[in-house]
Amino acid sequence: MNREQALLAYVSRLGDNALILGQRMVELVAAYPELEEELANANFALDFIGQARMFYTYAGELEGKGRGEDDFAFLRDENEFRNILLIEQPNGHFGDSITKLVLFESFYLLLLEALKRCADQRVAEIAARAEKEIRYHLRHNTQWFLRLGDGTDESHERVQGSLDNLWQYTGEMFAADEIDQIFAASFNGPDLDAIHDQWMMNVTAIICEATLAQPGDGWMASGGKQGHHSEHLGYMIAEMQYLQRTHAGATW
Amino acid sequence: MYTQGLDQKGQSDKRDGLESAADRKAFQKRVDAEEKIEAKDWMPEAYRRTLIRQISQHAHSEIIGMQPEGNWLTRAPSLKRKAILLAKIQDEAGHGLYLYSAAETLGVSRDQMVGDLLSGKAKYSSIFNYPTLTWADIGAIGWLVDGAAIMNQIPLCRCSYGPYARAMVRICKEESFHQRQGFDILVELCKGTPEQKAMAQDALNRWWWPSLMMFGPSDAESKHSAQSMAWKIKRFSNDELRQKFIDVTVPQAEFLGLKVPDDECILDKQTGHYRHGEIDWQEFIEVLKGNGPCNKQRMEKRRNAHEDGRWVREAARAYAEKRAAKAA
Repeated sequence: MNREQALLAYVSRLGDNALILGQRMVELVAAYPELEEELANANFALDFIGQARMFYTYAGELEGKGRGEDDFAFLRDENEFRNILLIEQPNGHFGDSITKLVLFESFYLLLLEALKRCADQRVAEIAARAEKEIRYHLRHNTQWFLRLGDGTDESHERVQGSLDNLWQYTGEMFAADEIDQIFAASFNGPDLDAIHDQWMMNVTAIICEATLAQPGDGWMASGGKQGHHSEHLGYMIAEMQYLQRTHAGATW
Repeated sequence: MYTQGLDQKGQSDKRDGLESAADRKAFQKRVDAEEKIEAKDWMPEAYRRTLIRQISQHAHSEIIGMQPEGNWLTRAPSLKRKAILLAKIQDEAGHGLYLYSAAETLGVSRDQMVGDLLSGKAKYSSIFNYPTLTWADIGAIGWLVDGAAIMNQIPLCRCSYGPYARAMVRICKEESFHQRQGFDILVELCKGTPEQKAMAQDALNRWWWPSLMMFGPSDAESKHSAQSMAWKIKRFSNDELRQKFIDVTVPQAEFLGLKVPDDECILDKQTGHYRHGEIDWQEFIEVLKGNGPCNKQRMEKRRNAHEDGRWVREAARAYAEKRAAKAA
C-alpha cells in the first residue's frame, strides 16, 4: 500500500465512523427521555453526519473517480465500511448510548487533536472543525455518564452493565494496522499508543468519578477496521441504502 | 407545525363568576387597542384557559409531529436530505420547548401538560395521525402541512398574548424554511424518473384533504371562533385561511406538474378563488376521536419514550440531590 492509498483509506474510514455513529443516533429521534435531550441528540447526530460528508467528499476527490459523498454512503457494501465495531452496536437503553459515546468520543477527541497537526492540510482542517464539536459532545455526555453512575441504584447497575458490555470494543480503537502506520509515518498522523495511554487516564478518571468499576483487561473484539463487522451493521446499511439501491441512478 | 382548529366546547370555571365586569371591560379595551397582554397582567380565566389549551396543543403537535418525519430519517436518500430532515425535526423539538415555556407563563407546568398529553386528555394536531409511506411524504409534509401551518401561524405573531406572539415570530421563520425544503424535495422528484413522479403524486393524493382539514371545521360549526377573534387570539376564520391556502397551493401543484385530488378544484374567474369539493368531516371527526391510521402508534411511542426515560430522570434527580446535600 502506498501513501496515497493509505490516505484515501484513512479518510474514508474516518467518514465511516462518523456516518455509522450518526445513523445510530438518528434511530433514537423521538425516543429520548427529555425534550432537551432530543435536541442534544439531534444536534450531535447532525455534527457526525456533517463530518461524514466532509470526509467522504475529500475521499472522493483523492480517489479521482468521480465518486461523491453519497456514493460512499449509499453504494458500498457492508464489508467496504471500515468503521470500528463499537459504534455499530445497537442503541440499547439510554445508558448504553451514553456509555458508547463517552468511550468513543474520549478517543475521537484525542484523535482529532492529533489530526489537527497532521501533514495533510484538508484532514487537518476538517479535524479542527470536528474537534470543537466533539469537545462539546463529550462534555455533555460525560455529565450524563456521571449522573447515571452516581444516580440511583438502578441507574448505577444499568450503566455498569453498559460499561462491562461495551468495554470489549474499545481495544480496536488503538490497534494500529498498516493504514494507521503509513498515515502516522507519511503524514505525521496520530500515535495510537500515546492516544491509548491518555485515553485510559481520562476514561479511568470519569469512571471513578461516576462511582463505577472499571472493567479489567480482557479479550478485545476487532475486525471493523478491516471490514469484518458484527451482524448488526448489515441491517443498518440495508435500511439506510434502500432508496438509492431501489431507484438506481435517480437523483433526490 | 401547529394546533388545528380544535374549537372544543368551553369549560366554565367557578372563578369566571368572580371576575368583575369592569376588569373584563378594561381587559378588552387593552386588547382592542392592540396592546400585548403579558404574563403578570390581569386576564379573564377563560382567556387563560383558552391560551393554555391552544399553546399546549401546539407544543404537543410539534412533539408528536417529530414521529412521522422521523420515520424517514434512517432511510433518507442522500446525506444532504438526511441532514436537512434531521435539522427540521430538531427545530420541531425546539418549537415544542419554546411553546411549553410560553404556556408555563400562564401558570401551568410542563409536567402537567406532558401528563395531559400522555393520558390522552390533551389533543395534538390530527394530521400527525396519518402515516408517512414514501419519501415523497416528507416533501408533502413540508409543502402542505407546514404550508397550512404557516397560514395559521402568521396571524398568531400578532396574537394578543405577548409570550405566544413572540414565540410565533421565530417559529414562523423556521416553518417557512421547512416549507421551502419540502417543496424542494418534490421539485426534485417531479423532474426525476416516472417512479419518482408517481411517488410525488401519490403523496399529494393522500395529504391534500387532511391538510385542508387542518384549518378546522367550517366557521358555521366552529363554536369558539367568535370569542377567540374578540380576544385577538385568532385573526381570521377557519374558512378564510383554508381558502387562502388553496389559492396559494394549487398553482404550486401545477408548477410541479401534479394534480390536486379534487375534480371540483377549478379557478372561479369571478371571485378569483379556487373552488373546492366537499371535505369529509366525518373522517376528521373519526381521526380526532382516535380512529386515525396512526393515533395508537403515535401515543404508544410517546408513552414508551416517557416510561423508558423514567429511570434516567430519577438518576438525574438523585444525582442533583446528592450534590446539594454535599454542598450543604
